[in-house]
Order: sequence, then C-alpha cells, then structure tokens
Amino acid sequence: MTLDTNLEHVTSASELNELISSNENVMVCCGRMGPMCVPVYDAMESLRDSGEYDSVVFKDMLFDHPEAAVIRNLPECATFRGLPFTIYYKNGKVAKATSSIQDEDQVTSILKEVY
Amino acid sequence: MDRYDTLIIGAGPAGLTAGIYLSRARQNVLILDSGSGGGQVTLTHAVANYPGTGETYGYKLASEMKKQAVGFGCEILTNQKIRSMELEADEKIIRTEKGDYSGKTVIVAAGGKPRTLGIDSEKKFQGTGISYCATCDGDFFTDEDIIVVGGGNSALEEAVSLTQYAKSVTIVHQFDHFQGYPHAIKAAEENSKISFMMESIVEDFLGEDTLTGVRVRNKKTNENIELNITGAFILIGYVPGSKPFSGVIELNGRDEIVTDEGMATNLKGVFAAGDIRQKKFRQITTAVSDGTIAALNAMEFMYGADPDKI
Repeated sequence: MTLDTNLEHVTSASELNELISSNENVMVCCGRMGPMCVPVYDAMESLRDSGEYDSVVFKDMLFDHPEAAVIRNLPECATFRGLPFTIYYKNGKVAKATSSIQDEDQVTSILKEVY
Repeated sequence: MDRYDTLIIGAGPAGLTAGIYLSRARQNVLILDSGSGGGQVTLTHAVANYPGTGETYGYKLASEMKKQAVGFGCEILTNQKIRSMELEADEKIIRTEKGDYSGKTVIVAAGGKPRTLGIDSEKKFQGTGISYCATCDGDFFTDEDIIVVGGGNSALEEAVSLTQYAKSVTIVHQFDHFQGYPHAIKAAEENSKISFMMESIVEDFLGEDTLTGVRVRNKKTNENIELNITGAFILIGYVPGSKPFSGVIELNGRDEIVTDEGMATNLKGVFAAGDIRQKKFRQITTAVSDGTIAALNAMEFMYGADPDKI
C-alpha cells in the first residue's frame, strides 16, 4: 500500500529526524488509506492550503513502512490502538499525539494549542 | 453575501451528484460541507457494488466524485458549520461561521454519522481500545478478547472479520434478535470464536489509560456482568445530520427529513437527498439517485418544466 494523498510523504526515520530538527512546527499523520485516516489527511490538506498555518509543515507517513517504527514506537503512542497515529512535533520534540480519527476542528484546536 | 443558483449542504455522493448535474447545466453551485467532504463513503474501506467501477476504496470513489463536480464548475467549501438559515423566502440564505451565502434553491444532503453509545467513558477510550472501524484497527487486537456492539449487518460481518485477529469476539446486542440478513447471522453463529450477549446493553467502559473491561447489563434480569476485554468495536448504525435543520424543515420521528418522491421538502425550493432523508435503503447508489432527482427538480423549480429551458 502507498499513501494516495496530496501531502508530502516521509519515507524514512532519518528524513523525519531531519525534518523535525530543521523545522519548529511539524505535524505528521502516520496511517493507511483507511476510513479513519483519510479524513485526517483531508483536514491537513485543507489547513495547509488555507494558508493560515504556513509555519507548520504537514506530512504523512505510511504506518506499515518499516521505518515508521520511529513513530509507532514512540512512548507517547504506547497506549494507541487506533489508526492513524498523528504526531505534533515542536522544536524536535513530541508536543502532542493523538490516535484514531480527528476532524478539522479537532486538528485546528490542537494546532492552536501546540503552535 | 455570495449569491448562487443552488446551495448544496453536504459533499457526499448525494450532494456531489446534485452538484455535477447542476453545474453541468451551467448553474452557479456552491457545496458547503461541515467536514472535509466525501461523506460516509470515505468511511467505507472497500466499495464493491457501485456499478462501473469494480472494487475500489471508498475514499477514491469520493475523491473522483469531488473532482468531477469541481471539473464542471462546482465550488466546494469545507469545514463550514451552519450558524443560521432562512429557507422560506425566494432568496434562501445560509450563514456559516465563515460566510453568508444565498441561493434560489437549496439541496440538503448532509448525510449522517456513525451512532455512538453516548456513554461518558466511550470518548475516553476512543483510539485506546474503542474503535468504529474493524478494517482499520482489527490488527491492534491480535490474540485479545474483544466485544462488538450492535446487531445489524455491519456488526455481524465485522465481528466475523475480527475473528481473524482476536482470540474471542462477544457480540453485545440490545434486542433478542439480530437485524442483519440471514447469511450474516448464520456466518456469525457458525464462527466458534464468537459468543453472544443478547438483550444486553453496555453500561460503562473500564480502565485507566487503556480499555481493560466493560460492564454490560442484561435488560431482562438487570444483572450486571463485567467482561475483561481490551477492545470494543461500536457498530450501531448511523444518525442523520439533520440537527441544524430541526424546526426549519419537517423531520420525522427519526430526525430524517421528510420528502416526496421528487426530493421536495415542505419548503418551496428546498430539496433533500441521500441518507439525511426519510427512506428505507441507504446505499451509495440510492444517494446518487436522490442527488440526481433533487438536482433535476431544483432546475424545474427555477426554470419550469419546459425541457428547452433546462
């Protein structure tokens, strides 16, 4: 499976580490092309395209990619049992993480809280 | 105020189909969606019975419909929460948190959303044990004991599907019989990993950080039973998204919009299509059919029945 979204994909742990070390605000949605994940990608695309969150880098990552262990194994995701895992990084660290579907309002609320 | 020929509320299959028909007829159409658009079909993993496409993903079908609507000139605005509306006058007005829009006609195709149990603890464990999508999250519960709440086709079929992963699946259902088709009931009954708690309702979900149990009450005996489970899949149908229209458009006792066979509501120039309206069968194909009929009747409302004017 590949991620058929209009977001840019993260394809390796090193790429993710580079991304979060060189950008202050990064949101990564780690999932599949499933019913609970697609609405989150759509919300991210909509918020990215709105221009209101130009300070945030929006990316996705395929949950089943071996390199996605960098997200799957985060301590913040230890209790997660629903796709997608959505991580909000601030200055290279996890500021917030959510499991399962989130609508645009919920994502917006977290963006405002974290960034 | 931005003025259009038709305002469509909801960008699911019904709303998008109406948009395709109207914009192809050179009408100025705005589709407003409270979320990201696509409707419930985006919550469907695989769609195998939509004619002409073969098996496809729900999100792909929705995405193609959106592209088609936009290609014909439809404007789609997402995340538009309705603040107020005036639908009785000739110029119909919808006010959202982001803008005011008017149209000569309105098609309400706001669809529905998965029904929840409404228990406080349900929200607490969403994503950490409680799920509404077996296909998405089933593999998180490999070799574990789980429950499925519900008794319709979705609950029965997903319970069988979850036995690929789970050690055991208990179906908790409020009635003494299932609402599913006989073949779905038979498949569940014949699966050795599935057991049943009939005439029972979930009272509470238990646990600290993750779900570790559930308290179920037998409706007949009032006996409470606690089950040690780590997963709960809630598949109890859908509720129509008609709340913003309550008191404005006629609804039935199930909060569905009442229409005639031409999709007309009790208000002139206001039509309804798809899962939000009163009807027996809710399929993508029936939503598309509703959207078509609503669009054609909206055209007729605006321009009369003379086909040369349409």
